[in-house]
Amino acid sequence: MSATATAPPRVRPALTEGMGFSGERIFQAICLIATAVPLLLLLVLVVDVLNDAWPRLTWQFLTSFPSRHPELAGVLAALAGSAYLILLTAAMAIPVGVGAAIYLEEYAPPSRLTRLIELNINNLAGVPSIIYGLLGLGLFVRVLGLGRSLLAGAATMALLLLPMVILASREALRTVPHSLREAGYALGADRWQMLRRVVLPTCIPGILTGIILSLARAIGETAPLITVGALTYVAFLPDSLLSPFTVLPIQIFNWVSRPQTAFHTNAAAGIVILLVLMLILNGVAIWLRVRLQRRYL
Amino acid sequence: MASAGLSLKAPRPRTERVVYWVLLVCGLMSIVTTVGIVAVLLGETVGFFQEVSFAQFFGDTQWTPLFADKHFGIWPLLTATLLTTVVAVVTALGLGLLAAVYLSEFAPERLRRVLKPLLEILAGVPTVVYGYFALTFVTPLLQKFIPGLAGFNALSPGLVMGVMILPIIASLSEDALYAVPASLREGAYALGASRLSAIFRVILPSAFSGIGAAVILGVSRAVGETMIVAIAAGQQPRLTLDPRVPIETLTAYIVQVSLGDTPTGTLEYSTIFAVGMTLFLMTLALNLVASRLRGRILKGELR
Repeated sequence: MSATATAPPRVRPALTEGMGFSGERIFQAICLIATAVPLLLLLVLVVDVLNDAWPRLTWQFLTSFPSRHPELAGVLAALAGSAYLILLTAAMAIPVGVGAAIYLEEYAPPSRLTRLIELNINNLAGVPSIIYGLLGLGLFVRVLGLGRSLLAGAATMALLLLPMVILASREALRTVPHSLREAGYALGADRWQMLRRVVLPTCIPGILTGIILSLARAIGETAPLITVGALTYVAFLPDSLLSPFTVLPIQIFNWVSRPQTAFHTNAAAGIVILLVLMLILNGVAIWLRVRLQRRYL
Repeated sequence: MASAGLSLKAPRPRTERVVYWVLLVCGLMSIVTTVGIVAVLLGETVGFFQEVSFAQFFGDTQWTPLFADKHFGIWPLLTATLLTTVVAVVTALGLGLLAAVYLSEFAPERLRRVLKPLLEILAGVPTVVYGYFALTFVTPLLQKFIPGLAGFNALSPGLVMGVMILPIIASLSEDALYAVPASLREGAYALGASRLSAIFRVILPSAFSGIGAAVILGVSRAVGETMIVAIAAGQQPRLTLDPRVPIETLTAYIVQVSLGDTPTGTLEYSTIFAVGMTLFLMTLALNLVASRLRGRILKGELR
């Protein structure tokens, strides 16, 4: 099936001309509508959330702790928790993920172990995130005795992100032209020197893009952290790796689950902040990708 | 080591070896993760089944581990998961397949390059946001048309989940349509087929297994999806196929118990691992079938 890679332009005869509404035209219109409907729904979602959130989008909302009174409540603890969690997660997932990618792309012999690792990574990518939560609960919270802490949450998230980081890094490593590697060897570098001085600097923007995209996903991830035991009511900032914590999506979930509509307004405002954070991260990733293309194409 | 001045020395075998082992350990982390998942789930599930028999688990029709009168029948959670999944996959397949046909057969290349990433955004929206949307927008909207629709139900989160998995189904189906050999298309047109009959009689049937793999992956994603159903489908385990009433899925049950303060080590606590094991085995089976199918398509054994 090498045809998929170098497929010739597909034959597309012109639509039957004349005749007003032909079946083809109608079908094409239906297909276009089916493509547009989900995008319109996305638009409706954003407008609906913004509309609900409007009264609560104030500076005070950003700088307050949660409260029983919806109009006094804010996302400070959740924002800080999300920031700490993402930084810790990145600190654990990036070295291991990039290391695994380098191993698989550059070192791994074509053995059964290698095939097992690759199969495994593909399967892990399909495991529901809440199962990782159960893993974190059993392993980090209980067996390793980390408790329902920031560190346990971050370790769980790191395992969840690992397949994504590995896949993205492998893709980036593969883009480095063979000639650059050979030039490195020709200058007398051994494998690790060549990787460290030639390959990694060349593909670091690509790796970063993949990592940032997976961190953007992690920031919206809720289920595994609920299972690990992030709290829903935290009126302080986390002060150590072992301190209890909450994150933005869990704060939102907590507000949505309450019957009073005033809390739903808070949830909507929290969602706006969450979406803005994700937009910023995605923007950075796109900016990096554009820069990368300018450098090598 | 001492001859630091010599720059022309042989490659550094020790550094190389250390690097190799460190990287190998990184690579093995994925296997450690899988072993960890299986060990944790299995350990607690075995404990669970020492107190609850298989007959109770698969024979009883009630799931009430948190009440005084305890029943451990998994069926209410399974049917709930089935219900939301069916609604989601029907939605996603209906729209997603048409979208795939549009992108692959009709859309000008420029438009296609804009539409594909736009559709991908749908898969990136945090699920807690979809949950909010289902509960506070879609359900009240549907209640205007569907009498008897409860505030928590399977229909609304199912529909919203369908929008979430739509990009997966659309993009994998489009790959499958794209992979249909040009010769088949040209053959159809050479026989005088209109575009419509080429699409329905030749291209879609040829891409059938690829579309099947896409649907299976969509099902797997829907089965494991948590926050949308935890927010908008309710927390009432109930054996029903009525999409209008509150239910509780496998995933929503795990969330419900995790939020409460069930003490660790109790039977109630181990239920979430038994439920998690059920969920893990279901998604694993679905993913294996899908990847087997895709593997055979890529090798050209199937189309």
